[in-house]
Amino acid sequence: MLALLSIGTTFSIAGAATEAPITAAERSALIDEGQRIFLKGCSSCHGINLEGSAIAPALLGVGAASVDFQVATGRMPVADMSVQIARKQPVYDEKQVEALAAYVSSLAPGPQVPGESQLNYERDGSTAEGGELFRTNCAMCHNFAAQGGALSQGKYAPTLMGVEARHIYEAMITGPQSMPVFSDKTITPNEKLSMIKWIKAVEAEPQLGGAALGRVGPVTEGLLVWTLGLGLLVGVAVWLAMKAR
Amino acid sequence: MTASERIAGTVANYVDERTGAAKWMKKNLNKVFPDHWSFLLGEIALYSFIILLLSGTFLTFWFDPSQREVIYEGAYEPLEGLKMSAAYASTLHISFEIRGGLLMRQIHHWAALIFMAAIVVHLMRVYFTGAFRKPREFNWIIGIGLLTLGIVEGFLGYSLPDDLLSGTGIRIAEAIIQALPVVGSYLAFFAFGGAFPGEAFIPRIYTVHVLLLPGAFLALITIHLMLVWYQKHTQYPGPGRTEKNVVGYPLFPVYMAKAGGFFFIVFGVTAFLGAVASINPIWLYGPYTPGQISAGSQPDWYMGWLDGLVRMSPPLESHVFGHTISWNILIPGLIVPGILFTGMALYPFIESWMTGDKREHHLLDRPRNAPNRTALGVMSLTFMLIALINGGNDIIAITFDLTINQIMWFSRIGIFVLPPLAFVITKRLCLSLQRADRDLVLHGRETGRLVMMPHGEFVEVHEPISPQKAWLLTQHEQNPPLALEESDLRGVRRPGVLKNKLRARLSKAHAVAIPKVTADDLKEIEHH
Ligand code: HEC
Ligand code: HEC
Ligand code: HEM
Repeated sequence: MLALLSIGTTFSIAGAATEAPITAAERSALIDEGQRIFLKGCSSCHGINLEGSAIAPALLGVGAASVDFQVATGRMPVADMSVQIARKQPVYDEKQVEALAAYVSSLAPGPQVPGESQLNYERDGSTAEGGELFRTNCAMCHNFAAQGGALSQGKYAPTLMGVEARHIYEAMITGPQSMPVFSDKTITPNEKLSMIKWIKAVEAEPQLGGAALGRVGPVTEGLLVWTLGLGLLVGVAVWLAMKAR
Repeated sequence: MTASERIAGTVANYVDERTGAAKWMKKNLNKVFPDHWSFLLGEIALYSFIILLLSGTFLTFWFDPSQREVIYEGAYEPLEGLKMSAAYASTLHISFEIRGGLLMRQIHHWAALIFMAAIVVHLMRVYFTGAFRKPREFNWIIGIGLLTLGIVEGFLGYSLPDDLLSGTGIRIAEAIIQALPVVGSYLAFFAFGGAFPGEAFIPRIYTVHVLLLPGAFLALITIHLMLVWYQKHTQYPGPGRTEKNVVGYPLFPVYMAKAGGFFFIVFGVTAFLGAVASINPIWLYGPYTPGQISAGSQPDWYMGWLDGLVRMSPPLESHVFGHTISWNILIPGLIVPGILFTGMALYPFIESWMTGDKREHHLLDRPRNAPNRTALGVMSLTFMLIALINGGNDIIAITFDLTINQIMWFSRIGIFVLPPLAFVITKRLCLSLQRADRDLVLHGRETGRLVMMPHGEFVEVHEPISPQKAWLLTQHEQNPPLALEESDLRGVRRPGVLKNKLRARLSKAHAVAIPKVTADDLKEIEHH
């Protein structure tokens, strides 16, 4: 663990299949590539030396995890500055994201991108415990079934359906925008994996009672009753009264 | 006579000689029930109530109304090994281990939503047609009672499984009880048998939900239907229909056959919804734990307006003698609903006071011919709808890319501005419709056929409407407003003058109408 956190000899590659340490030469090439991309795509907002600007925060110490989350989910670079920067189709491919992450974390250390072995939620997580933790820590924003929810002033917690395990983990350790950070002290890595396992279970859960109606609770149920339910019944009533005239 | 007919005859005779049933049946089965689709709305409510009784009874076989803590060891893996109440665990058991259990749960819940929706549309039909007028005021009040009990019954049923969403609802209900000045906290303590959530609440509301309230429903519905029976059904105006007769089909066999068929259709629609659409998936909500809450926690729709009112009220509190009065809960949670439901229950009396009309009415009004009443109804519905929309503000915000704050402010302002606006618009609309009726009677129907006159002008051919139609459009009464004297002959103001003034003004507003076509008008036209 310590070895992973200290940047230096071992360097886990974001999302790559292997976690084999890379050579110093390869690493500095990666960082150079990252710097090149950063200067072109990010520095206009975040400054040439990550120092930030009037419109964007400094990136010193945000770590590779934050960069990987922000760029690989398409949030960065920002296309339009609205109330909340939204997830979208990523601009950069895996390799470029990796380079950016390497560059940003080379200037100041921060949380690392979790590697494959760290993300083995099937092995290390417990679904039921994850559900319990999710309901305690996340459901107030993301809804009971992780379908997302509205926050105040037009902000929202997005749905977590289809979000990669790695990004869920990174979201917890970096706390993007209005989401709080869930440090390893408040929620241990294994507990994080449990939550991921539960989220994946919800995602894969078949629609047990029939059409799930968005899994948002009674609002859509009420809508269905007043449209389809009552619509059918009143329709039949009209038809019955017309019949046998 | 065949053998079986002979046996049937003997049995019938045997029963009749001992009960006198034949005479009773002859009298009552020959009753006539008028035919109109809107007269079937109450029936939808009735049949869904029967479905609720049947499916609910099924659920009681396995439901365990207890807040005793258990460890879940059932079939639904994502909850495996968690602590939860026996009530929640048994609901999971019904859903996943009892054959047909989930279907039955879903039928029961869909039936509850349909029941409430049917009561509301039934009430709308009774209101907008003026069916609540003398002699049916009591039945109207019973109806309001059923509506109120329905809301309570639904809320309690929704709370029974002790899941995260309903637990949140109970928490809010507790806050509303606590908001009562002085007695609030004692009352809450009493209801929950101690501090929230305690262990007593679910067993208590279970008794109320499956025993007390269904009993009350059965009693009230019986009285309700007996009154309909005894007072006979109202009917829409039409040729040959008067205040003294009922035109329709004999109850037996035509009406009975239709009603019987309709029951199966209501059952079919409910079962269809139960089979294809998930409702209240409590396994996803998780067991109730006081520390947890989900985004978008909503009650069922019939409570949604109440939630919406509570959500829209700004934080307002005052401190009196060491007691905190939470106006932000008290006003939307108790005072406003109290006023609304009392007003609704008393409306038949209020209207007859305004119009001074104390006569019996068995012919229904066409809504346009009672513009004030219709406008008041639309106004109340608008109020409820805005409250309901705000109840789902978070879901609406995220679905339509709006902000909760926008919807909140829309409702805060809208709840004061839109209902009066709806009143004015509806009233004008009714009057325009009356005007259109008048034109129709006077000038006939536009046929869309143009004819060129000898001098080159085009005119549209108008066809006179049928006498039946003309009768329908002119049969209604138009009564002048009450003439109330404000002072006696010597100019001395009478006591209660303000009340009279108010009454006179209301009466005037109620009597606004486009003069209907009279026989004299028609004669005059024929002269031209
Ligand atoms: C148009 C301006 C803009 C551009 C271009 C931009 N960003 Fe950002 N970035 C922002 C803003 C604004 C935020 C702050 C979002 C918030 O938290 O409210 C941000 C936040 C971030 C964060 C999260 C910081 C933290 O505290 O965890 C990272 C990492 C990041 N940006 C990386 C990048 C990278 C890498 C690029 C280039 C690919 C980039 N950004 C391009 C505006 C920009
Ligand atoms: C205070 C509300 C809040 C809480 C609590 C919260 N989140 Fe979030 N979450 C957000 C917001 C807001 C965003 C969107 C951030 C952004 O787009 O930058 C978000 C984004 C995310 C994302 C990224 C989704 C995507 O589309 O890429 C994940 C994953 C996530 N949250 C998981 C969690 C988990 C797991 C928890 C509980 C441990 C949690 N959140 C708790 C508000 C919250
Ligand atoms: C449990 C719910 C209810 C059931 C099962 C029910 C059932 C019925 C039925 C079957 C009828 C006869 C057919 C009809 O006119 O639709 C009826 C009539 C009537 N109902 Fe209801 N009803 C319910 C709720 C209400 C409510 C909420 C109101 C109004 C507040 C109401 C007021 C009336 C009145 C005044 C009549 C007589 C109408 C007439 O004769 O024209 N009822 N009800």
